[in-house]
Amino acid sequence: MEYFLIIISAIFVNNIVLAQFLGICPFLGVSNKLSTATGMSMAVCFVITLATLVTYLINQYLLVPFGLTFLQTIAFILVIAALVQMVEIVLKKVSPALYQALGIFLPLITTNCAVLGVAINVVTKQFSFVPGGMLNLGQALVYAFATSLGYGLAMVIFAGIREHLALNDVPKAFKGVPIAIISVGILALAFMGFSGMVK
Amino acid sequence: MEDKAMSNKLKLIGDGLVKNNPTFVLLLGMCPTLATTTSAINGLSMGLATLFVLVLSNMAISAIAPVVPDKVHIPVYIVVIATFVTLLQFLMQAYTPAMYETLGLFIPLIVVNCIVLGRAEAFANKHGVLESACDGLGVGLGFTCSLTVLGLVREILGSGSAFGFNFIGGHDGMLAFVMAPGAFLCLGYLMVLFNKFVKKN
Amino acid sequence: MAVKSNLTNMVLVLGITCLVCSALLGGAYALTKEPIDKAVVEKTNRAISQVLPAFSETAYKEVSSDGKTYHYYEATNGSSVVGYAIESTTVGFGGNLTLMVGVTPDGVVYNTSVLSQSETPGLGAKCNTDEKFMAQWKGFDPSSKILSVKKDGGDVDAITASTITSRAYTEAVKNALEAFKSLNNGGQSNE
Repeated sequence: MEYFLIIISAIFVNNIVLAQFLGICPFLGVSNKLSTATGMSMAVCFVITLATLVTYLINQYLLVPFGLTFLQTIAFILVIAALVQMVEIVLKKVSPALYQALGIFLPLITTNCAVLGVAINVVTKQFSFVPGGMLNLGQALVYAFATSLGYGLAMVIFAGIREHLALNDVPKAFKGVPIAIISVGILALAFMGFSGMVK
Repeated sequence: MEDKAMSNKLKLIGDGLVKNNPTFVLLLGMCPTLATTTSAINGLSMGLATLFVLVLSNMAISAIAPVVPDKVHIPVYIVVIATFVTLLQFLMQAYTPAMYETLGLFIPLIVVNCIVLGRAEAFANKHGVLESACDGLGVGLGFTCSLTVLGLVREILGSGSAFGFNFIGGHDGMLAFVMAPGAFLCLGYLMVLFNKFVKKN
Repeated sequence: MAVKSNLTNMVLVLGITCLVCSALLGGAYALTKEPIDKAVVEKTNRAISQVLPAFSETAYKEVSSDGKTYHYYEATNGSSVVGYAIESTTVGFGGNLTLMVGVTPDGVVYNTSVLSQSETPGLGAKCNTDEKFMAQWKGFDPSSKILSVKKDGGDVDAITASTITSRAYTEAVKNALEAFKSLNNGGQSNE
């Protein structure tokens, strides 16, 4: 039951882009075409889940026991940067096809605040639907994975909208990013309908 | 000679405000821009927090850039930036705990704010300490202004107040503007206005 | 302009940067620890003095009621207990809602104050600012009034358009009063 709540909450109610405002830069940057949007969401999904696993363990078994939680930010960002590099190298060797598909997005992900945001959220935020408030490792992974699914969902919907927007004749000052941001606003309005469903 | 150097530095600051405005022109640092501008004060505080990190990290990076090998420059810069961010976290927790709570997650996330790393890459590693400080100040002020304006617009529309002073007497504003959709809508329309009136010249 | 990237260089520079930065942060942490702790204590003290009549000393204690553990502060003035400030958390509309509830020894609510909330700005978040809503908790006597919102047949005026938040707030006060009862009945209070 908790897992179900976590998934619904992470994908719809607290959608990472439309309600939490994380990962907006790549969201606006690569949502021009449906195909790149899908590639980016898959890469993000992979990195967020992996990064959450590693940072959770580091926090639990290294930072907390030694009373070093104040180094959280610096430790997490270093781990994420190293992880992204490693994923890139491993992917290149193991599966060139997958590397072709995700490769160009990987370097961008280090500075995607969604990754660091989820990693910090998982170890600091109190979740009201979990007894005790803090997520355990399994719940953290499900939360991270569902959150990145929500990212993918918003990304794919938005890329679809943008492909149509590109064909429309909009006033000059609205062209490009402004009209895109206004359409995200309308999309966010729609997602607001989910609020309060799960806390 | 001195005058020229001085005006150069002023120009660097001015560029950051308008020509290289991080929000409306460079489209950097969108996440805190949208998330923390529920009121003018919150926007202003977030802007100042970023300004603090930007100036200090720009200075530190321009100082150490000559001795950093190319291949590891990104990790080194990130560590430097993260250090200043953590420092900021300590200071805010100690002296402005209420504001620290309001801005929440977005303070540690300054680390991955593309503005900070972007300025380190594009400016600080090629220029002197003083110039980098000016650049950081200019871009930081540009960011602060954009955030304050966006926060002010959202506060006026959403809660009917400005900088915390309510002027519609207990009535509710248009709440959607304080919530997520309003952030996107306001930013979109402000960009349109910026394109129309500022960019043209 | 940058130094050549050979392995020794890279390891050395990255290592030194990390070391210097962590040392710097360690120092800064030690320096700011005291003001940070002070800020936390001050916040709690401010909340306590807001919800209880004048006191001279507080003592932190815990009590369990209904399977949950409540943190509370026993406020004394000289030798007499002036009241208990009980922390109580419930789930509101947007997430957890945590209150500090002041209860005088006769079981009457002296005042309440919000410690943390994540309700909708402008709607549920008004539980922190709405004067009419907040005023009704001053001197709320659970023996003469029914502790639930008017919509549910009680005596609590809900915040306009925020019934869920108002219910959560009421629930939190109710839980705090339960905790007060169990600590008066000699419930397992452990220092």
